[in-house]
Amino acid sequence: MSPQPFHNELSRRHFLGRSATGIGAAALASLLSPRLFAATQPPQFAPKAKRIIWLTQAGAPSQLDLFDYKPGLSSQFDKDLPASVRGEQRLTGMTAGQKRFPVAPSVFKFHQHGQSGLWLSESLPHTAKFADDICVIRSLHTEAINHDPAMTLLQTGHQIGGRPAFGAWVSYGLGSENSDLPAFVALISRPSGPTNAQPLHERMWGSGFLPSRHQGVRFSSGKDPVLFLSNPPGITPERRRAMLDDAATLNRLHFAEYQDPETQSRIDQYELAFRMQSAVPDLADLSKEPADIFDRYGPESKKPGTYAANCILARRLAERGVRFIQLYHRGWDQHNNLPSGVKSQCHDTDQPTAALLAELKGRGMLEDTLVIWGGEFGRTVYSQGALTKDNYGRDHHPRCYSIWLAGAGIKGGQTYGETDDFSYNIVKDPVHIHDLNATALHLLGLDHTKLTFRFQGRDYRLTDVHGEIVKPILA
Amino acid sequence: MKHTLTFLSTLLLAVVAVQAQESVSFSREIRPILSDNCFSCHGPDEQQRKAGLRLDVREAALKAAKSGAFAIVPGDVKKSALLKRVNSSDLDEVMPPPKSHKVLTSAQKLKLRQWIAQGAKYEEHWSFVAFAPVKLPAVRRKDWPRNPLDHFVLSRLESAALAPSTEAAKAVLIRRVTLDLTGLPPTLAEVDAFVADTTAQAYEKVVDRLLKSPRYGERMAIDWLDAARYADSNGYQVDRDRELWPWRDWVIRAFNDNKPFDQFTIEQLAGDLLPNATLEQKVATGFHRNHMLNEEGGIIAEEFLAEYTADRVETTAAVWLGQTFNCCRCHDHKFDPFTQRDFYSLKAFFHNVPEKGVGIYANPIRQNAPPFVKLPSPETEAKLAALNGRLKTVNDQLSALTNRSVSGIEEWSQRVSSAVVKWEPVQLLTASGGDQPPVIDATVATLEVGPQETRPNTLKLTARLPAGRITALRLECGTTATAASFQWSELKVAQHKLRATAWGDSLASTETEKVLDNDRKTRAVLSLKPDRPVQAVFEFEPALAPTNASREVQIEIGVENAGGPSRWRLFVTEAQPEVLTPAAVEAITKKATASRSAAENKQLAAFRISQQPEHRTFNDELGSLKKQVAAAENEIPTTLVMEEQKEPRPTFILMRGAYDKPGTSVTAATPAVLPALAPELPRNRLGLAKWLVSSQNPLTARVIVNRFWQQVFGTGLVKTSEDFGSQGALPSHPELLDWLAQEFIRSGWDVKHLMRLMVTSATYRQGSRLTPALRERDLENRLLARGPRHRLMGEFIRDQALAASGLLLDQLGGPSVKPYHPPGLYEQITAGNGYNTYVPGKGDDLRRRSLYTYWKRSVPHPAMLLFDAPFRESCTLRRPRTNTPLQALNLLNDPTYVEAARFLAQRMMKEGGSTEETRLIAGFRLLLTRPPSPAELKVLQAAYERARTDFTKDMEAAKLLLAVGSAGYDAKLNLAELAAYTTVASTLFNLDETVTKE
Repeated sequence: MSPQPFHNELSRRHFLGRSATGIGAAALASLLSPRLFAATQPPQFAPKAKRIIWLTQAGAPSQLDLFDYKPGLSSQFDKDLPASVRGEQRLTGMTAGQKRFPVAPSVFKFHQHGQSGLWLSESLPHTAKFADDICVIRSLHTEAINHDPAMTLLQTGHQIGGRPAFGAWVSYGLGSENSDLPAFVALISRPSGPTNAQPLHERMWGSGFLPSRHQGVRFSSGKDPVLFLSNPPGITPERRRAMLDDAATLNRLHFAEYQDPETQSRIDQYELAFRMQSAVPDLADLSKEPADIFDRYGPESKKPGTYAANCILARRLAERGVRFIQLYHRGWDQHNNLPSGVKSQCHDTDQPTAALLAELKGRGMLEDTLVIWGGEFGRTVYSQGALTKDNYGRDHHPRCYSIWLAGAGIKGGQTYGETDDFSYNIVKDPVHIHDLNATALHLLGLDHTKLTFRFQGRDYRLTDVHGEIVKPILA
Repeated sequence: MKHTLTFLSTLLLAVVAVQAQESVSFSREIRPILSDNCFSCHGPDEQQRKAGLRLDVREAALKAAKSGAFAIVPGDVKKSALLKRVNSSDLDEVMPPPKSHKVLTSAQKLKLRQWIAQGAKYEEHWSFVAFAPVKLPAVRRKDWPRNPLDHFVLSRLESAALAPSTEAAKAVLIRRVTLDLTGLPPTLAEVDAFVADTTAQAYEKVVDRLLKSPRYGERMAIDWLDAARYADSNGYQVDRDRELWPWRDWVIRAFNDNKPFDQFTIEQLAGDLLPNATLEQKVATGFHRNHMLNEEGGIIAEEFLAEYTADRVETTAAVWLGQTFNCCRCHDHKFDPFTQRDFYSLKAFFHNVPEKGVGIYANPIRQNAPPFVKLPSPETEAKLAALNGRLKTVNDQLSALTNRSVSGIEEWSQRVSSAVVKWEPVQLLTASGGDQPPVIDATVATLEVGPQETRPNTLKLTARLPAGRITALRLECGTTATAASFQWSELKVAQHKLRATAWGDSLASTETEKVLDNDRKTRAVLSLKPDRPVQAVFEFEPALAPTNASREVQIEIGVENAGGPSRWRLFVTEAQPEVLTPAAVEAITKKATASRSAAENKQLAAFRISQQPEHRTFNDELGSLKKQVAAAENEIPTTLVMEEQKEPRPTFILMRGAYDKPGTSVTAATPAVLPALAPELPRNRLGLAKWLVSSQNPLTARVIVNRFWQQVFGTGLVKTSEDFGSQGALPSHPELLDWLAQEFIRSGWDVKHLMRLMVTSATYRQGSRLTPALRERDLENRLLARGPRHRLMGEFIRDQALAASGLLLDQLGGPSVKPYHPPGLYEQITAGNGYNTYVPGKGDDLRRRSLYTYWKRSVPHPAMLLFDAPFRESCTLRRPRTNTPLQALNLLNDPTYVEAARFLAQRMMKEGGSTEETRLIAGFRLLLTRPPSPAELKVLQAAYERARTDFTKDMEAAKLLLAVGSAGYDAKLNLAELAAYTTVASTLFNLDETVTKE
């Protein structure tokens, strides 16, 4: 198919005369690489963000212990959550059998930070330094109450697998800025503490019904940052080059006879594979990073595969023009021992997250990088299991939770949306995941209603038939 | 496709221009326009309908809309509001509205105008139209067609002024057809025989041979496994193993036995409902147990039951009817005439399975969610019979022993009642292991153990035992938390043998035996409360003799999961083991002999007997036999099946598809728009299955022959093989599709007949070269002016490498296997529960065909995923064929291919004659069948020479390369040469032609 797999797909579709249902001519131009098309047709609106770094906190971090400050709860300790607040919200099978729903105030103290006075929990001291850069949405909500459907919804806009991940849509819409690297990269880390690490799924960075070249390429620590990247023992880069030259010569001979463009494309893919063999190790090799970088990201950053190391990689990927960089840090599912679990998770993530923001800012890249931090749903105000003054657990809560955004086009130093006194229901400015996705696409210069793909007779979108841009959070 | 469409529509426009009076076809020209642009607001879905206007049904479209205007007035273009609106330049007026982002072209507007002018005739959607006899079209080149199929293709080519390509060279053709029918390349002997066979039927003989090969069923199964969403794990987040491979093997056998497709359908959908259903027919019903199963803690069963049944509806509709029923789960279909009621009426067929909705979330790990059937092999049955025989003998002997009178009970009883068992605390010196290392509190000789994750953990202790004689060990386990649990799987004291016993209120020995059996799956589950520690007592066998000084011992405690903290203390005693008795026995010994009841006397005697060495010997054997029986039982494969519960579950229309919003109740019925379910058929899955394959059903045969066509030609006659609805593509050769469908039915749904028809056609046998003219006019080959050429599926690519190198094992069926796999993948992504590590198989497991590779839904084998295999989470009827650098890296560097290259190299050296040239030609032909051209040979020779010189100077590198994988190499060969041939073989694996069927 396309000889440049990491490059734009739509240009080809356009040229080949498909009527590009769902993408009007003007919109099409906005989807195309500016390098190719800026001169002939201006984009519908200028993108604020060139890339997204999505810091996915898998397992669902507790909004009550991190972002959604509820000072009134301290007087409610161990009192039952009023039935009027709980309403008809469904419960998971894990707490449906509980006789009581005792309110568990957060053990963490909250303070105001920055000029904006943003409230943040004491468990995020490093992130707090960027209070004026981040915008906390306290009113995000979802429908899913179990991890797998919820994470799938967050990633693909639909609870059931089969649709493309956000990053795949971006790869499809914008392509990669780097001809040696994919447009969408996923990086996964496990918690350092003994918390419950919910599993992930390859589909979460999958391409769904989009061509599979748009699927997220998972970079891992170890010998092969990308699957099968290293040559086998005994095959040096020189030997590999010579073998690829042989293959290319044979392929060209065959192409001359069969004239199938697929053959030409295969030759190009092998060249790209060869370039990746040097580009990716260079990218993943943190040894040349100066020592003070590791100080900034914290002690874990020297261990390959940690969230901290992945944050450094994220910056390096961003520098190299990767469009969509998605980190996953597992371990936020605190059904019990929440205070120690949250501390441990924050130990893993707070300093590296802040260091990433600092570096992006220092390099002038925060201006065109959208950073998103959050999980798949929130957690309940009532304790799951035994409640004591200093220990409790929290169950899944889809009705409201908190997430933050920073960088390109985001108005920092603000909170958006409000929940009730129990952080149980939204009372003002609800934001659905579709709204979040519509807004993020908007910042990339993509109209979420026009970024469509025809599958099984229907034009699919990341936001399905929903999504409103959340304008007040934009700068 | 894009080129073709452009080309076809250009052609069409040209025709229209010439013959302006020719009538417009509603099906081919108008419905696609209306469907794509209008139906979502003016179509079948009543809820979404705007302005009271419905355009998919003629009577409705001709009525006045809410506004009183008439959208369509047949024959009157001026009065037809539809034309006014689509041509309007007013943004508030124009249709489709700007916010829909849909725009009609002027050609489309012109078409609508012509159609209304000609009377706005409607036609039934093409795929719903009943079959009518199809006449073979006339062709000019009468000598070209080899069978009726070719008439349709040639007639279409002739009308487009294109000529078919010449027949492919024999070597190319035999590779193509062998790959298509078996998924493997031909052997050199097969190629040579075919090339040498100059008889008229040479090719047909090859086809017959291939259709008889057991490899045929394996190849045919692959597409069906995608359709059926077959996998070896349950999916969702926990994603543990399931067992359904006996169903997969059933599919392979069914294709090999050429089970007629109607029967194939009936048995898979309703084999259990057939009269006197055989075990095989029940196994076949695994088809609809292939859906995912959620095992996540805390899910609501009803919600996921709704998912599973919806999946069955959507899969059935897609596989047999080519309809996108997922659209009408929440509302009436927007494009096709199916209602939400149709969806739930179909669901009622699949809603009576006695299933729970949640996965089994308990040990043992190997367990299927009911209903399932057991499939013991004759060997296992024999083994079980033998074990159970011995078990009975030992049991008889034990009861004979128990009934024998034992002397000296009274004296023993007195020793027990008067004994004072003194336990001395054991000093703990060091402790390690576990998720959190245990901590010793020396002041009270206590070990504090924190919570442990669900996985095998071993706590290691060094303890100091006192100097005297030691007969038994007691462990005491408590907790400081309000409650805690501890799954205790192992206890070992280095150098010493332990026997489970009981004392006082300790755990019964039947429970503590579980920590001594070297099996981490059997565990004593301790429920801990702060006030009452749990105790476990073990006898040393033999007792530890007194020593001069205290002695250190190493102790291991295995734990599989610990919810909450626990604290442990250890004690030893020098008391005679015979006085260690459970509290109940001790209580009896304290009673006066005369006051004991008969039952108490019996209990006392039984316990005394259990202490005798002979009894212990039999008892040990009994324990071992029971374990062997359990192990043999556990070896018996099971497979998921469908069953019908006696009381049908009520089925409701679910509002917006939500499981907790039931609406109107419905009963099992087929979609209203399709021919009715015959009154004599039962209203259950069997009736549904028979309805699907009845000759009245216009869809099934069309949909199925189209997918077999897609399998062979790469693209279906209907390109959207999963969608035969109004948004799907139109057939490129509608009459051919209908002819094939009717031929399929007429032949008795004979799949091999259909496959033979296709692969022996002149159409199929054409060469697949593109010419500049064809490239310009029909890049996607929709008109079939050349033979098929496209990239092989991932399974084929790997199997071909294994076959050409001689590694492939041709063993049919069996449990899925685990070939090479990049390390660390499962650890990164999956949950614990013993499933977070991929342990590659050994030996033969590494060289089975790829359809036997273990398929984990959350992490399918990367080598398959990279080549566009689906996750198998839902039905897939068409795989994309992409071309990416990650595929290149896989073929270059995966140990599978590095090892196969070495084996291909060995074949070249051993079987390829004595010269470099003959060896290189042999290697080339083993993969590509044809001999290399002189230019190609030159490249290969230069490559080989370069590598040989290189490796001769760098033998270290040669040895490193040859050591990849586990199958070893023939050390008698010249290793520099072997390494050089290996690199050439690897290059051959990476050629475009190798990964392509052409």
